[in-house]
Amino acid sequence: MHAGIIFLLVIIGSVLFHVFTPWYWTDIASNWGGMDDTITLTFWVGGGVFVAVCLFMIYCVFRYSHKEDRRAEYKPEDKKLEKILTWATTLGVAALLAPGLIIWNQYVNVPKNAIEVDVMAWQWGWQYRLPGADGKLGTTQVRNIADNNPFGINPDDPFGRDDIMVESDVINLENNRPVKILLRSVDVLHNWYVPQFRAKMDAVPGTVTFYWFEPNKVGEYEVLCAEYCGVGHYAMRGGVEVQDKADYEVWLSEQETFEELSARYEKLNVDGNKLAKK
Amino acid sequence: MSDEYDNNKSYQAQSSEVMDGSTGSVNPDIDYVRPAEVGEQDLYHGHSFIEKWVFCQDAKVIGVQYFLTAVFTGIVGLILSWLMRLQLGFPELAGFMTAEHYYQFVTMHGMIMVVYFLTALFLGGFGNYLIPLMVGARDMVFPYVNMLSFWMFFVAVAVLMASFFVPGGPTGAGWTLYPPQTILEGTPGSGMGILLMLISLSLFVIGFTMGGLNYMITILQARTRGMTLMRMPLTVWGIFTATVLAMLAFPALLVSAIMMTLDKVLQTSFFMPTILKAGEVLEYGGGSPILFQHLFWFFGHPEVYIVALPAFGIVSDLISVHARKNIFGYRMMVWAIVGIGGLSFFVWAHHMYVSGMNPWFGFFFATTTLIIAVPTAMKVYNWILTLWRGNIRINTVMLWCLGFIVTFVNGGITGIFLGNVSVDVPLSDTYFVIAHFHMVMGIAPLMVIMGAVYHWFPLVAGKMLHEGLGKWHFWITFLGAYSIYFPMHYLGFIGVPRRYFEMYDSPYMTSAVGMNEFISIAAFIVGAAQFILVFNIIKTLKTGKKAEQNPWKANSLEWYTSTVPPEHGNFGERLPVVHRWPYDFSVPGAKDDFIPQTTAPSEVIHTEVEKT
Repeated sequence: MHAGIIFLLVIIGSVLFHVFTPWYWTDIASNWGGMDDTITLTFWVGGGVFVAVCLFMIYCVFRYSHKEDRRAEYKPEDKKLEKILTWATTLGVAALLAPGLIIWNQYVNVPKNAIEVDVMAWQWGWQYRLPGADGKLGTTQVRNIADNNPFGINPDDPFGRDDIMVESDVINLENNRPVKILLRSVDVLHNWYVPQFRAKMDAVPGTVTFYWFEPNKVGEYEVLCAEYCGVGHYAMRGGVEVQDKADYEVWLSEQETFEELSARYEKLNVDGNKLAKK
Repeated sequence: MSDEYDNNKSYQAQSSEVMDGSTGSVNPDIDYVRPAEVGEQDLYHGHSFIEKWVFCQDAKVIGVQYFLTAVFTGIVGLILSWLMRLQLGFPELAGFMTAEHYYQFVTMHGMIMVVYFLTALFLGGFGNYLIPLMVGARDMVFPYVNMLSFWMFFVAVAVLMASFFVPGGPTGAGWTLYPPQTILEGTPGSGMGILLMLISLSLFVIGFTMGGLNYMITILQARTRGMTLMRMPLTVWGIFTATVLAMLAFPALLVSAIMMTLDKVLQTSFFMPTILKAGEVLEYGGGSPILFQHLFWFFGHPEVYIVALPAFGIVSDLISVHARKNIFGYRMMVWAIVGIGGLSFFVWAHHMYVSGMNPWFGFFFATTTLIIAVPTAMKVYNWILTLWRGNIRINTVMLWCLGFIVTFVNGGITGIFLGNVSVDVPLSDTYFVIAHFHMVMGIAPLMVIMGAVYHWFPLVAGKMLHEGLGKWHFWITFLGAYSIYFPMHYLGFIGVPRRYFEMYDSPYMTSAVGMNEFISIAAFIVGAAQFILVFNIIKTLKTGKKAEQNPWKANSLEWYTSTVPPEHGNFGERLPVVHRWPYDFSVPGAKDDFIPQTTAPSEVIHTEVEKT
């Protein structure tokens, strides 16, 4: 008897906790509201099943607790009931799977007008690169990476000369414009994750991975690493600033191209050599 | 001890409806059971203390050895979780703990609990103790190999524990051991620690293979007369299917452990691409980190079911016995166990939706993953339908079963979130995942283990555990564990990532500080409550009430041994002959509310038995 009451309180408590919780989603700031909606749907269906199963169990505990003079029912199988339950569950599961797959289809198909942002991860920090006027990123190789070439851009690749190098762990994005995040890592797995954008994907050394989203709220966001990457994992933070088109373009014009960066280093070198000669 | 069973008890045919249809034709003798086809095995009985209790070939002793060793590792894992919760809830009190320590504790906690505690406990512990007893065998078919299996496991545990004491400490790579970070500096324990971990895992797999062969072949070849596959207790079905899974899945772990050892020691590049570390290009190139993840999860996902299926089986039996009612839909339960086991090999990449594998895999693995929800849900329905119109004893064992149903359904539902590919995107690598898998494969199987301990302790030790203490143990553990993991899901919604040593002042975390403190306090209490069981066991062994034979009035063979606790050889002079399934509870027309598996149909002629 007491057992049934405590279990009942646990279920009621769970529902109340869900209704009154102060801890819930961070406000969404991207186009992936569909993910939130699917979660909400799964919550209703799944939560309903959870509550129903538990209440049925509690009912049985109250109604059928042991009495010496009573016998349990003897009924090994009930084909019809089992069939109904199987099909009902299959339908429910299919109803949850369908929206999940539809959104995944959107997630893996990047819109044509998305601007590419190259995110490079290393233990423990982030760097960013944007395509230049030609709209294309230059090819890269880990072995080319040096102080004057933080992304390892192939020096012979004409597309790489005008790539825009962002010398900060904060990247600016244009509001309401889809971005394709290209992820690469020079050492271990990382994951460029902004909770408000909902989306994420691992950066894997040796290959380039991607995902896309469309920021739709101007503001500053914190980037977290979401794939364990060694002892500095928890401290591997970065930032995103979503701006309106005008502000974004001002910011973009202040950035340095790969060519300019190379020239700056060359000058540094020349100056350094001169200094050494003196 | 050959068992020439001549039908010296013959009965006139009186009712042919109750016959098992497998013989094809109606046999005039309703008690007829096909004669044994193989002779009995000779057992080696130990003579000295060492042969009886240390290097022992009796599966029951080996089971207890496995159990105690696994519990030891479990206590280590528990202490590590306390230290982690201290850091997360009260960092000001955990000044001695560096990020390196924290990650080492996280890793060792995970690996210990999944492999060395749960797997060893269910298969090595319960498997060894219960399989021969439940199928009516005198022992495992290869007792000597079985003994080696335990001692290999023992060495694996020793090597694992030794890694706490080597320079650099144990590995801190996370229990998934994802390369490249696992074997690179920048991850704690990337020297000796990871090597010992890989060696220990390899030893575990070797030892486990020896045991697993035993479990499978004993179940397939050494069942007593009349024990058809469809008369086996679901406990045996669960352990059997889990063992088959383990035999197919563990080789993937062994292979990845060997490859990673080579990458570490000989600088091969199975999993290692070109890597730039501190401005230097390392001597690796061309390997694939994602290949490791595929291998790991090809092992890792069946591993979840290696733990879950024995729990499913055991809890079915406990519910049936204590609800005094046959398990509802036995055949459905068997096929669900087998089906889940088979499907579990086609879902592994749902752990990798955001790993950078080809995103088109997502469609396939989300579909297979959600399909697995159907047989799993059927099992849940059948458990609660077994309670329905039962005659339920609300004792400690039943409480653990009810606790299992609540936590398992809760964790199963959150699994539908994470399995559904695009829903997984925002939630993966957050505390939602931690809450999900602890609920579904930590707490739920633990509830079953505890129920099983209270249920079978009278058989193992011949004494009844104290009910009052048992109930306190249950309520503190259940309510405490639920209040740890239920709110934790909501940390995941906020977006708090897992494996964070601390959050600094991230806006995501500041709102959840209070919850973290609460969760930590609950974790301390739940952990401490486990020592109630230790106390209960010690007290019972000293002064406990002596158990009568078959105190729960169960039907399965383990309760019908010649002595309690059973001696080596289990069944005395004659092996039992089985006439029915183990779930004939509350059969209309029967005198008692249970009919043991050994009862011949002619002895219960007036009952309306539907299934044999």
